[in-house]
Amino acid sequence: MRFAIQINEGPYTHQASDTAYRFAKAALEKGHEIFRVFFYHDGVNNGTRYTVPPQDDRNLQKLWSELAESHKLDLVVCIAAAQRRGILDANEAKRQGKDGDNIAPGFRISGLGQLIEAGIESDRMVVFGD
Amino acid sequence: MSTLHTVNKSPYERNALKSCLDHLSAGDLVLLIEDGVLAARKGGAFAQVLGDVGRSCKIYALNPDLAARGIAVGDLVEGIQTVDYGGFVDLAADATRVCAWL
Amino acid sequence: MTDENTKKKFLYLNRKAPFGTIYALESLEVVLIGAAFEQDVSLAFIDDGVFQLMNNQDATAAGMKNFSKIYRALGDYEVRKLYVEKESLDLRGLTVGDLMPVTYEDEDENYEEKPSIRVVDRAEMAKLIAGHDVILSF
Repeated sequence: MRFAIQINEGPYTHQASDTAYRFAKAALEKGHEIFRVFFYHDGVNNGTRYTVPPQDDRNLQKLWSELAESHKLDLVVCIAAAQRRGILDANEAKRQGKDGDNIAPGFRISGLGQLIEAGIESDRMVVFGD
Repeated sequence: MSTLHTVNKSPYERNALKSCLDHLSAGDLVLLIEDGVLAARKGGAFAQVLGDVGRSCKIYALNPDLAARGIAVGDLVEGIQTVDYGGFVDLAADATRVCAWL
Repeated sequence: MTDENTKKKFLYLNRKAPFGTIYALESLEVVLIGAAFEQDVSLAFIDDGVFQLMNNQDATAAGMKNFSKIYRALGDYEVRKLYVEKESLDLRGLTVGDLMPVTYEDEDENYEEKPSIRVVDRAEMAKLIAGHDVILSF
């Protein structure tokens, strides 16, 4: 089965990203496909590589990046939501005249159409948020 | 044809559980996750309503979230079943759609 | 055109008031982008979500973006089904008369202006949820 996941909250303040990660991992372990994980609202904050949580805590960004690498996951950060919250890739940083980018490995920035497409192309859309 | 409803809010703070339970169709499934599992403890103010709803719709609670909050499986409202993340995936796959009450 | 048979039914589930959090505004942004995909789109307003459609919203003095007028333009995006729950209105002392007029032009009936807002009761709302393929919650 093909799942799509929408994450509406950033890491740490809410459990949404943790739950979504555990769900995605379990789905992959069961042989399901994750068509896309779409990060929206404050969920875009999962996609910055500049987070440095304490060593005895989980590093959600890293967990997502690693899952993306091992399973070729498509992690999409909404561009409109990302621009509001300062999540930039190299292209966007250049386009907006900012002095650096912060997107984490395995994440890409794209439009809201990617969320709708995920709804169309997947068998189940599962939303995690607050 | 059924809907898996997820509820991640404490019913003592927000109305997500109530709103979810008000919009169930026969045969739907309810999965309590995150702070939503706080509703599942026996003796709480929502035990009665969950017990009543549980007669027509199956109610589940996510075990890792229960454990994190110190709620023992033996202390759940009668009829509420527990699942792990794999069980969550199965419920979502078996239902026709998933509806999150955020 | 998308084939009618392959269209999916999208339901946007709005349960939060505008301005206190960003969910209403960013949900609306998805609706506008999603309209280009020519799917079957419905918006549901339950609980505090009904406040999103209040008439005469003015966020100027609050220093926030006035986005409520976008709801009125939804008809131009072929988004014509805004379901508002009666019990949610009642609980908040509201009637449909407190909501902004949202209309669309019906091309099948000489472009007559018709209301997009439909007040439904809780049982009808439950049926709506059960009748959709994709439910996006905000």
